[in-house]
Amino acid sequence: MITLTDTQTIDVPVQSGEEDRYHLKMGPQHPATHGVLRVDLDLDGETILTCDPKVGYLHRGFEKLAEHRTYAQNIVLTDRLDYIAAMSNNVGYCEAVERLLAIEVPERARMLRVMVCEMSRISSHLLWLATHALDIGAMTVFLYCFREREVLLELFAELCGARLTTTYTRLGGVRQDVTRSIMKKLDKFVEDFPACIEEYETLIDTNRIWLKRTIGIGQVSAEKALDLCLTGASLRGSGVDYDIRKHMPYAGYEKFEFDIPVGETGDTYARYRCRMEELRQSNFILRQCIDMLPPGPVLGKDAPDLVMPIRAANKLEVDVPAKNALITLIEDRDVFMEGDIYVATEVPKGELGFYFISDGMGRPYRMHIRSPSFIHIGALSTMAQGAMIADLIAIIGTLDVVLGECDR
Amino acid sequence: MWFWANVTGSFLEEDHSFNLDEVSVPEIMQILTLILQIAILLVIVLLHVAYATYFERKIIGHMQVRMGPMLVGYHGLLQPIADGIKSFFKEDVVPAQADKPLFLFAPVICLVTMLTSLAVIPFAKGWVLADINIGLLFIFAMSSLASYGVILAGWASNSKYTFLGGMRSMAQVISYEIPLGLSLVGVMMLSGSLNLTAIVNSQGNSFSSMYLFPQIIGFFVFFLAMLAETNRVPFDLPEAETELVSGYITEYSGMRYALFFMAEYIGMMVMASIGTTCFLGGWNGPFEVPFFPPLWFILKVYGFIFFFIWIRATLPRYRYDQLMALGWKLLIPLALLNIFLTGLFKILVH
Repeated sequence: MITLTDTQTIDVPVQSGEEDRYHLKMGPQHPATHGVLRVDLDLDGETILTCDPKVGYLHRGFEKLAEHRTYAQNIVLTDRLDYIAAMSNNVGYCEAVERLLAIEVPERARMLRVMVCEMSRISSHLLWLATHALDIGAMTVFLYCFREREVLLELFAELCGARLTTTYTRLGGVRQDVTRSIMKKLDKFVEDFPACIEEYETLIDTNRIWLKRTIGIGQVSAEKALDLCLTGASLRGSGVDYDIRKHMPYAGYEKFEFDIPVGETGDTYARYRCRMEELRQSNFILRQCIDMLPPGPVLGKDAPDLVMPIRAANKLEVDVPAKNALITLIEDRDVFMEGDIYVATEVPKGELGFYFISDGMGRPYRMHIRSPSFIHIGALSTMAQGAMIADLIAIIGTLDVVLGECDR
Repeated sequence: MWFWANVTGSFLEEDHSFNLDEVSVPEIMQILTLILQIAILLVIVLLHVAYATYFERKIIGHMQVRMGPMLVGYHGLLQPIADGIKSFFKEDVVPAQADKPLFLFAPVICLVTMLTSLAVIPFAKGWVLADINIGLLFIFAMSSLASYGVILAGWASNSKYTFLGGMRSMAQVISYEIPLGLSLVGVMMLSGSLNLTAIVNSQGNSFSSMYLFPQIIGFFVFFLAMLAETNRVPFDLPEAETELVSGYITEYSGMRYALFFMAEYIGMMVMASIGTTCFLGGWNGPFEVPFFPPLWFILKVYGFIFFFIWIRATLPRYRYDQLMALGWKLLIPLALLNIFLTGLFKILVH
């Protein structure tokens, strides 16, 4: 007995033998797989019978590479993980190494880290919204989002010279202090941004087609989401209140006031609403950063870093103590402790964890990256079961995966 | 086409001095005139198609806070010409596994059927190539045939995405031909004719006598079905870029790709023309224009096309099964209701 609801269609039972299936290898050069994700599909008509994501097309061996480079040198590798939110990765990496090496970070640098983290969260969420909407067919949202994202990327360029591969943080602080011009531009951005969010929402938030394409699509219950190890907005959309910024604060997040938006239904629309709220909360945090930014140095006293050239140029401290020089990282083995540590931070995609095993050599003996994208792609086959091709595209979009981070 | 009739008429009178067969000369001239008219129509329509792409890119550009084409000529005015030349000189790649004859023939079917349906459209009073009795039916037949081109393209390319695109197109065209046809039955009942000129004439000259008002349900159904029929957003499933790469045209390149593109735009124009003729009073306008009879017609058609573009810039895309549900569960019942109401109205009036 088949009972029909509004959203269901009648499924005519067909033989599900091998010969009736349509095999489609979607990607790695498909326009909607967000990079080089390949999904092997078995289709019955347009309904997905099995969905098998294949990763590894962007593998660059960062974890192995990191074993041959010093802790300071590895910062540049983290840019290339989630290249959409490089700042967050920089911060996550440095937080982990600093905890391993017990390096103190000055207050101003911590606040600046929060600031760039939230800027990168906004820019990453904007890119997510842009591509997600484009995947579902709403083309204009894409360009509206890029308009605001451009402002943030220009700010990154002014802050550290690069738009995407920022390498802004240093062990023990950040590379450069903000200028007054940056703060002025950021202030203007924070002022204007809420109106922009509303503009995106007018286009899609209550659009019938958007609702039809997102409500009930890729639904995961809270238990299922925890089983699948989803983190970030993908988990919060299912109603689990978990955000590392709130529950295990790092970089001074405990000083900020912000809410963790939590969805209920765990479908694509709930995750969309969560991320839209997060945009507002991030903007709110940025406002607090601008108001609260304390004076002081941006690099700690005992930061083993590449600060030499800057200090020499500024004639502040021509005689750099040998301990502070990069060379000590390789030669002076006493500085580093032995042991292992796992430190997780909340990046726009979810929980980014760095796990280090240190043998006191100045290089990580082993660096493991717990990247949210990799784990989210693992959830894809469960979520896409029984969906249609168009839904699969929406689900890939809603999981917000970046293949650079997934494949490492 | 009164102008050309006059020109050729005077030409004929002069030509009588030649000692030719008196019966065959008018017939030959008639055929020549017709060919000339067809050629002129084709050139004008193809130019319109080229600039419809420019129109679309500019409007979408401005809706999306960017400029659209700017580099070729003043504000990119020569962009369509450049695109045409480019696609003409591009390599025409035929995939090795493709069914070659069908692959080469499919875009031609699309374009020819679309061009053929232009013949029955009255651009102004008397400006029609073939003033046949079943004009509306002829256009439906042609636009149904055009979907063969799409299906064959999807099939003959022998590629996974094109096949899915072709299948989607087949299902979509079958589902939306029906409401498209049914939505115009009301108009046929009111005007009592399938001839497009007669439909325009029966609407009269005033604003309030347009069939848009008594046939508002029919117009709604027609507009949605028209979007689906021309594969426009939000029903652009056969060529959904983010799902099926480019759907049925994935494997096409160069001029053959451009033929599909032209067919799509001519299809838009034909559909907009039917909408104009059947619902908006055709060439009749608020006041007579002495110098250019089809002015109102063209303005109305471009109004339609502007709506097409506006919708494309605003709406996301439907899912395949939702599209089917919309067609069968909403549009067809609405169109039938419209026929019923129109019939009831006619009985009550008489």
